[in-house]
Amino acid sequence: MRAIEEVVRRTWAMTRKDVTVELRARERVNAMLFFAALVLFIFNFALGPDREKLREVAPGLLWLAFLFTGMLGLARSFQAERENDCFEELLLTPGDRESIYFGKLAGNVLFMLMAEALILPLFGILYNLDVWGALPSLALVAMLGTVGFSTIGTLLAAMTAHLRAREVMLPLLLFPLTVPVILGSVRATEAILSGGSLGEVSNWLKLLAGFDVIFLVACPLAFEFVLEE
Amino acid sequence: MEPRTRFATTLGAAAAIVLAVGIYLALVAAPPDAVMGQVQRIMYLHVPSILTAYVAFFIVFGASVLYLWKRDLRFDAVAVSSAEIGVLFTGITLATGSIWGKSTWGVWWTWDARLTLTAILFTIYVGYLMLRSFAEDPQAGARYGAVLAILGFLDIPLNHFAVYWWRTLHQPSSLLRPGGPSVARSMLVPLLVNMLGMVLLYTYFLLRRVQLERGRHRILEGRLKRGRRG
Amino acid sequence: MFGPTLALDAVDLRVEPGAVVALLGPNGAGKTTLLRLLATAIKPSAGGGRVLSEDLLKGRDRIRRRIGMISHSHHLYDDLTALENLQFAAAMRGLRVTREAIDKALGEVGLEGQANGKLRTFSTGMKRRLVIGKMLLFAPELLFLDEPHNTLDQAAIALLDGYVASVASRGGGAIVATHNLSRAYAMADHFVLIRDGAVTWRAPKEGLSAEMLRELYARYAEGPETVEGRS
Repeated sequence: MRAIEEVVRRTWAMTRKDVTVELRARERVNAMLFFAALVLFIFNFALGPDREKLREVAPGLLWLAFLFTGMLGLARSFQAERENDCFEELLLTPGDRESIYFGKLAGNVLFMLMAEALILPLFGILYNLDVWGALPSLALVAMLGTVGFSTIGTLLAAMTAHLRAREVMLPLLLFPLTVPVILGSVRATEAILSGGSLGEVSNWLKLLAGFDVIFLVACPLAFEFVLEE
Repeated sequence: MEPRTRFATTLGAAAAIVLAVGIYLALVAAPPDAVMGQVQRIMYLHVPSILTAYVAFFIVFGASVLYLWKRDLRFDAVAVSSAEIGVLFTGITLATGSIWGKSTWGVWWTWDARLTLTAILFTIYVGYLMLRSFAEDPQAGARYGAVLAILGFLDIPLNHFAVYWWRTLHQPSSLLRPGGPSVARSMLVPLLVNMLGMVLLYTYFLLRRVQLERGRHRILEGRLKRGRRG
Repeated sequence: MFGPTLALDAVDLRVEPGAVVALLGPNGAGKTTLLRLLATAIKPSAGGGRVLSEDLLKGRDRIRRRIGMISHSHHLYDDLTALENLQFAAAMRGLRVTREAIDKALGEVGLEGQANGKLRTFSTGMKRRLVIGKMLLFAPELLFLDEPHNTLDQAAIALLDGYVASVASRGGGAIVATHNLSRAYAMADHFVLIRDGAVTWRAPKEGLSAEMLRELYARYAEGPETVEGRS
C-alpha cells in the first residue's frame, strides 16, 4: 500500500512541477495555441470556400490541428530536463521509473486537452459547425485519442530528447505508430459531427480504448530502458 | 572455412536453388490468372516478400526483447540485421504491389488496406534504423531501438484492425483465411516454393549480416582496449 | 564502456568510512567516468563492483537512496524557486520535509530568505549552495563530487569543504574527482591517480606534502607511463 502511495505522490509531484514550470515560462502553451490558430486559418485558404467540402473534411481538419499542436507540446515536454542535466538527476533519484513517466504523461495530456478545449470552439466558429450539441461525445473521443497519442508520444519524446535532428525524429517515429489513434478519432468524430450516436462507432471506440490500455501498460515499463543505460 | 560461414554459404546455395525452381514455376509452369492474365504472376514475388518481412519483423521483436533482458549484444546484432532485411523485403513488396496495382487498376498507388499497412510497417522500421543511427552512442541506439521495436510490434495488430476497418479494396487474404488457402492448387505450389526460397534467402542474409555486425563489435572493442594501453 | 568513450580497466578502489578520496588525473583519464560509474549514473559494460556493500548492478536503487552527487551542472530547474526545487526533489525521493527544515537548510548554506527566489536569478555560487542545502536535507552517507570547485568563490568553497568534512566526520565518505591539486590536498586524505583508464598510483596523505603530491602527479600523470607506485 505504501508503495502505491509513493507512486502517486511522485507522479503528482512531477505533474505539478511541469505545470508550474509551464505557467512560469509559458513556452509550450503559447506556441501550441498560436500554431493551432495558424493551422486552422491556413487550412481555410488551402481548401477553398466550398462549404460542403469543408464540412466533409472537418473532422480530419480538427484532428490535424489537435495532433500537430499536440506534437509541438510533446516535443517540448522534456525541455526542462534537458537543461542543467536534470535527466541525470531523475536517473539518480531512487524509486520506480513508472511514476516519472506517468507524471510526464499526465502533464502532456493536460496541456493537449487544454489546447483542444480552445481549438474546438475556434474551429466551430471558423467553419460554422455546431460543436456544442455533441460536446460530451466529442469530449470522450478527444480524451481517448489524446491519451493514446500521448502515451507513445511521451515515451518517444524522452527518447528523442538526446538525439540529433530531434524535431524531425519525433514526428517520424510517432505518426506511423499512432495511425490507429488517428483513424479511430477521426472516424468517431465524423460520425458524431454528422449527427450519429456513439453506438454507431463503438468498434472505433473500442479500438481507441484498447490502444490506450495496451500502451498505458507497455510505455511506463519501457520508460526505464529509455532513462537508463 | 569456418563452420558458421560454411553453413551460411550452404544456406545461400539452397536459397538460390529453391528460388530458381520457384521462379521457373512462377513464370513458366503456373497457369495465368483467369482474370488478370500474365501480370498476376507478380504475386509469386509480392506475397512471399511480405510474409518474409513479417517473419523478419517478428525476429526483430524477439531479438529486442532478448537484448533488453539479457543485454547480450549478439541479440542486438540479430535485431538490426533482421530489421534491415525486413525493410528490404517490405520495399520489394511495396514496389511489386505498386506495379501490380498499375497493371490491374491503372494506378500506381491505392490506399487499400494491405498496401497502406505495408507502407506503415515500412516507415516504422525505417524509423527504427534512423533512431539507431542518430543515437548518441551504439549502446543507447541498441536500447532505444529495442524499445521502439517492441512498441512497433504491439502496434501492428492495432494498425491492422484500424486500416482494415477503414478500407477494403484489396482482395481478401486468400492464403491466411480460416477455411484454408483458397488459391488454386496449381498456383499454390509455386507460391509455397517461392515462400520457402524467400525464407531461406532471408536466413542467409541474416546470418551474413549478423557476422558483419559482430565483426564491427569486435573492431570497436579492440579499438577501445588498444586505446587504453596507449 | 562501448562507443567512443574511454574504457576503464579493472579498478580496485576502496574507501574507508570517514575517508575523503581524491581521484586525480589528466583530462580524459577516466576519473569522471569512474566517479559516475560508482554513483550509478552509468552502467559498467563488463565486470561489476560494490558501493556501500550493495552490488552496482543489482542494488542500484538502494545505493541511490544513500548517496549524493555534486557535479558542475546543478540538476535544478531554472523556472522553479529554491523552495519548489527542494520540495520537488524531496517528493521524488519519497521524503516529507517541512518548511522549517527547508528554511533551516537554506540558512546553513547562506541562502536564508531566498526560499522564494527564482533559480534563474541565482548565480552559479548560489545554485551550488542550494545543491549543498539539498544534500543537508537528504543526508547522504557517501558523496560523489565532480570538479566541484569550478567557478566557486572562496566562501562557497569553504562551505563545500566544510560540508564534505562533516559528512566524513560522521562516518560517511566522499570521492572527489578533480584536477585542482591544491584543493585536493586540502580536502582529501587519500589520493588515487587515474591515467588512461587505470589506477597507476595511490597514496594516503600522511607523510605526503603538497609539493610531493605535485611532483608525483607531474611524474605519473604527465610523464611516461609506469605501472609501479606506492599503494
